[in-house]
Amino acid sequence: MSATAEVVASETAASEASAFAPLGDVVIDCDLQKVYYGDFLAVRDSSVPIEKGKITGFIGPSGCGKSTVLRSLNRMNDLIPIFRFEGHVKYHGQDIYGRKVDPVVVRRYIGMVFQQPNPFSMSIYDNVAFGLRLNRYKGNLDEHVQKALERAALWNEVKDKLKNSGLSLSGGQQQRLCIARAIATEPDVLLMDEPCSALDPIATRQVEELMLELKERYTVALVTHNMQQATRVADTTAFFGVDISEGGRTGYLVEMGQTRQIFQDPRETLTRQYVAGEFS
Amino acid sequence: MSRLDQISAAVLEEARMSMPRLERQPFERRAMKSGILTGLTWMVAILGSIPLFSVIYMLAIKGGARLDLEALTALPPAGFETGGGFGNAIVGTLVMVGIGGITSIPIGILAAVYLAVLGPYSKLAGISRFVAKTLTGFPSILAGVFTYAILVINFGYSALAGGVSLAVLMLPTIVLAAEEAMKQVPQRMTDAAFGIGCTRTQVIWKVVLPTGLPGILTGVMLAVAGAAGESAPLLFTALFSNYYLSGLTEPTASLSILIYNFSAMPFENQIQLAWAASLVLVLIVLVFNILARLFGRPKV
Repeated sequence: MSATAEVVASETAASEASAFAPLGDVVIDCDLQKVYYGDFLAVRDSSVPIEKGKITGFIGPSGCGKSTVLRSLNRMNDLIPIFRFEGHVKYHGQDIYGRKVDPVVVRRYIGMVFQQPNPFSMSIYDNVAFGLRLNRYKGNLDEHVQKALERAALWNEVKDKLKNSGLSLSGGQQQRLCIARAIATEPDVLLMDEPCSALDPIATRQVEELMLELKERYTVALVTHNMQQATRVADTTAFFGVDISEGGRTGYLVEMGQTRQIFQDPRETLTRQYVAGEFS
Repeated sequence: MSRLDQISAAVLEEARMSMPRLERQPFERRAMKSGILTGLTWMVAILGSIPLFSVIYMLAIKGGARLDLEALTALPPAGFETGGGFGNAIVGTLVMVGIGGITSIPIGILAAVYLAVLGPYSKLAGISRFVAKTLTGFPSILAGVFTYAILVINFGYSALAGGVSLAVLMLPTIVLAAEEAMKQVPQRMTDAAFGIGCTRTQVIWKVVLPTGLPGILTGVMLAVAGAAGESAPLLFTALFSNYYLSGLTEPTASLSILIYNFSAMPFENQIQLAWAASLVLVLIVLVFNILARLFGRPKV
């Protein structure tokens, strides 16, 4: 009985959420009806438009599928053989899951920064130059590496030790190095999957300031566990919930809107409870 | 002593008694157990290294005495001859291990790429892995018999046949060690590479292989060291020769067969040479190990 009621409630939530009307240009039009890992329904009814030049924050409790949604945006989920979904993800109107689309090319335009800083075990310079060399970059490599490191707010700290291993840096520096590596190839969109969860507060602050600078040039989608982080940096926020009514744990979009509205005047009870810290 | 002093002494004593005792208590039950067990592991470690060090010591003393330029370069002596050496056997061993390595290392590493990255859960991978594991326990003489049956019967004893039989023995070790090494490459590294727009080939070539390199080289060196010391498969394939290698299709000398032959002879000269050859064999393996450690270190 109560299960049915919950489903009905969440369906209305989903329809209301999809009512969110983006103000600016939409870079990625993501509409995931159902996402499965094998037989497990991981996410349903989540339509998340990513707006150009803004930071879109994804918040929600653990297991709500926010990372799954993020990783569908540049086909990182393709690496999991049992992944499949219904719906569409369109990048500037092109279906990125189209039959003729090469996921490798998609990822060059839609870059990613991961939860754990993951520099390659090579020098700082080579880490940043990696993507450029991959694409047979023909310009001045030194200049380009410097520019990427400057944009990632890391240049001043590493300019005298570019030959040192990327792994010799501190956690926060490593994460900024990964950001430099991701932006060196001039992607259009930057997906960030909880980029600060392994960092201390000072490093977090630096990365957040960096995000605000990055959105001048790039579109950013940010998964975060930290609601304060969403209020500090995100322009738009999507709140995901978990539906445990049907025996599984299925994530879905509860509500999406301007960050201020989500935190100060949420439409959904669930959102209000979550942002008030009543559950996590 | 005044009454006040007595009281304060009593108070102090009481305070002292109620304080927790922080000194080390070596005869307390737990501490004693810990001490005994620590001592035991030390003893066993020393005991375990006694055979190891005595072998090296004996080799150094007995083999070192006869180790000179002549031993390293001259041909093996006949029955009552003095002097002589085993230059041809050193060359033969290096050449045959080289042939074995050239055939088995690329095949082994490519197979490991498939097992670790491309199709780790496929049926083919399951079967290959099982076969490789079985083959690591394969008696080495069977590798010799196998090569004898497919090569030697048709083409005669040769360095090539010797190399192939060593390759058969090296292959499973290389496959399993390289697979393990590549599996140790953290997923976040491969994620990073895919995320930046690498193709699968680029991920393997630029991230998985370089990151797994130390482990892969360790496996390769283990296989090389094992092969260098093998004698049984070479008996059936390369046989022996008293002369320097003149072609890859000729019977070929090797250190291990020379040691086997000479150590059973009733001549002091040959027995001394067998010791010296053993020392050289150990040194060759040692050099390979050191090289592996040098090259296997992560570059940065």
